Amino acid sequence: MLYREAGQFKTSYAADQAIFPILQDRWVFWGFMIIAFVVPPLTGSQYLMGPILTQLLVFGLAALGLNLLTGYAGQISLGTGGFMAVGAYACYNFALRVPELPLVVDIMLGGVCAALVGVVFGLPSLRIKGFYLAVATLAAQFFLTWIFDHVGWFTNYDPAGVASAPSRTLLGSWAEDGGPLGFLAPINVLISGPRATPETKYLVTLAIIVLLALLAKNIVRSSTGRAWMAIRDMDIAAEIIGISPLRTKLLAFAVSSFYCGVAGALYVFTYVGNADTEAFDLVRSFQILFMVIIGGLGSILGAFLGAAFIVLLPVVLNITAATLGEGTLSSDTLSNLELIIFGGAIIFFLIVEPHGFARLWQIGKEKLRLWPFPH
Amino acid sequence: MRVKKLFLSLVASACVLSPITVTHAAEAEQFFPMLVYRTGPYAAGGSGFFGGIEDYYTLLNLRDGGIGGVKLTYEECETAYNSDRGVECYERLKSKGPTGATVVQPLSTGITYRLIERATADKIPVMSMGYGRTDASDGRVFPWIFPIVTNYWSQNTAKIKYIGMKEGGMDKLKGKKIANLYHESSYGKETIPVLDTQAKKYGFEVKHYPVPHPGLDQKATWLQMARQYKPDWVILRGWGVMNPTALKEAQRVGFPAKKIIGVWWSGAEEDVIPAGKAAVGYVAAGFHPSGADFPVIQEILDKVHGAGKGNISPQRVGTIYYNRGLIAGIITAEAMRTAQKKFGTGKSITGEQMRWGMENLNITQARINELGAEGLMSPVKVSCFDHEGGGAVKFQEWDGKKWNVITDWIPTDQGIVRPMIETSAAKYAEEKGIKKRSEKDSHGSDCTVTS
Repeated sequence: MLYREAGQFKTSYAADQAIFPILQDRWVFWGFMIIAFVVPPLTGSQYLMGPILTQLLVFGLAALGLNLLTGYAGQISLGTGGFMAVGAYACYNFALRVPELPLVVDIMLGGVCAALVGVVFGLPSLRIKGFYLAVATLAAQFFLTWIFDHVGWFTNYDPAGVASAPSRTLLGSWAEDGGPLGFLAPINVLISGPRATPETKYLVTLAIIVLLALLAKNIVRSSTGRAWMAIRDMDIAAEIIGISPLRTKLLAFAVSSFYCGVAGALYVFTYVGNADTEAFDLVRSFQILFMVIIGGLGSILGAFLGAAFIVLLPVVLNITAATLGEGTLSSDTLSNLELIIFGGAIIFFLIVEPHGFARLWQIGKEKLRLWPFPH
Repeated sequence: MRVKKLFLSLVASACVLSPITVTHAAEAEQFFPMLVYRTGPYAAGGSGFFGGIEDYYTLLNLRDGGIGGVKLTYEECETAYNSDRGVECYERLKSKGPTGATVVQPLSTGITYRLIERATADKIPVMSMGYGRTDASDGRVFPWIFPIVTNYWSQNTAKIKYIGMKEGGMDKLKGKKIANLYHESSYGKETIPVLDTQAKKYGFEVKHYPVPHPGLDQKATWLQMARQYKPDWVILRGWGVMNPTALKEAQRVGFPAKKIIGVWWSGAEEDVIPAGKAAVGYVAAGFHPSGADFPVIQEILDKVHGAGKGNISPQRVGTIYYNRGLIAGIITAEAMRTAQKKFGTGKSITGEQMRWGMENLNITQARINELGAEGLMSPVKVSCFDHEGGGAVKFQEWDGKKWNVITDWIPTDQGIVRPMIETSAAKYAEEKGIKKRSEKDSHGSDCTVTS
């Protein structure tokens, strides 16, 4: 009923290969995009845009990066936190030392640095697989955070090792008042630092993430993505049909680390405002791996659904428990209630659908297309 | 038709009435956000500290009807000592209450760092009592941040003085070896620069040993430290479960507990009881004693816990963390009183007015006695120049049952600390493009003279 596909004919290959081949899906997608870009800034709620949505987007992007590596290319990694840290600290140093660069370029450069580091730590994947690879990437996690803890240059010699995001603009310092490109000053908004508005921070984060998610969707639909999946499903067979494991695996590490690096940079610049290595520790790597597992391996949408589950559900539970239980339950019980329900929810969803939310979504959609006349 | 009319009139009356009821309910309340942590590896500290603050606010509400006719209200938000959740909680609570959050107390150096710029932009003061960013003591650069009572660097100078006393004079420190066992976080790293400076000044040797969060795995570190480096003293800069673990490991490798000096986040009952006999003789710093033999605590036990309104189990009243929370409550309440004296009683003050109150805070010994907290805390006097405002440390020894204070107030060495704070704050000001406040824009608080 909702999905009446009668009369939707594809007359070109391009139409047949569209990301959303069904018209209703396209409507929903564009409607969702308009809501995402328009509604939160209109509400003006700093709480909604900052800790809720920006945090969700940033971790969704990190989960997407890991999903490309683990879900599509089949390489397990526990170094996500480390790669995020590389992106964050690289972006911090570019922004601090080269203020002329537009912040968006700094963020991308942060991603590029993370990609290079990712390739180096991806080298063991050529020899080892599965859990052994997970242990090898664990080394990346510890080594990278150790470096940022102990080499003062990366944090500009801050005594507590905290990199605090400087105030930087969309187009860089040249386009500020008095600079050689001063005529651009009116559109040169602040993106980072305490004076940047939550609206700009949110919109910049959203725009970057929409573009990167689109890119990821197209990578996995291209020959690169098919090569990753071939390697994931059976690497010897993939090699026999002419896919180079060296190139494919390292490319997967590079692209995945790029996404994680950008997520780390956004975490520092548009979400929290500063960071130390505590924000990128092993717990973070696990958290992102859980997002991928709960969201669904090998799915772009799943990464964001998983991030929503891990990031937002505890907050929702906390608020609900605090509102409903105030006065009746002790504060200790309320705090622990969140952990109990959250743990229960993880077990429940993994029993109901071991392939994650993306699979639930897919089943739901299949049913909707047949509804109300399933055959 | 009639139904529609009735509905419309109902809506209209609701619209007219609702602002009135809102203003009525919001009258004369002062809202305090509570970024608590009752779960996670540091829950012992979080539940004790916030239990103390909340009990004191409840006492003021029950006994005096609040402060100056203004009732104190608060709402908790669980952070689990996680910085991301801390930011989320801050954003959730910052605009609640009639005038928004009055003052934020994160009880976490990590969360304090996350909030420094946010709170400054939102005009909400941050009170990081005995923790947080040390160089924020320079109030000319950090107008909104108050590492009140004593900061980490000051505490550290007192600790070295104590070690000097035990060695028989500061000149005896020459050639001694001190190991700094620290929690690998912004909290733990905070004292590395001041220790290095002191090492140069007094000629002792210092080596820093990081322990990753949460601190349960220290076997290798202790082996290497105690067997190879063989320090004369160990400074334990731990937090939560790291502390009892360290004491047990020390016993295992045969390092005497009396040669371990804890910072004040390593010196509570919860830190030593799990270590059992291994903790006997261990010495820790503190800016207040434990115990419930103070009039103010007796009054809380009687009026708050007696009425069944306590925010913590009565057995924990009088523990180190509880008393620390209580002192934080006293300082907050006194700052609010100071602000009310200037801006008027009977109405809610804003964050900006609270900031003025904190900057002009002066808790004298006479006032402490009046509050029934004699011996519990030392006088505090804050100014624009000095957001620390206190500066003396006592040392206490664990005898297996309770903490015994073994020294008098040991003054900190501002000769070392203050120049370091000013250099560090100036560097921050330069990096962030902040102009130092001067007499003119300090609103009557002294920006130049050492207090």
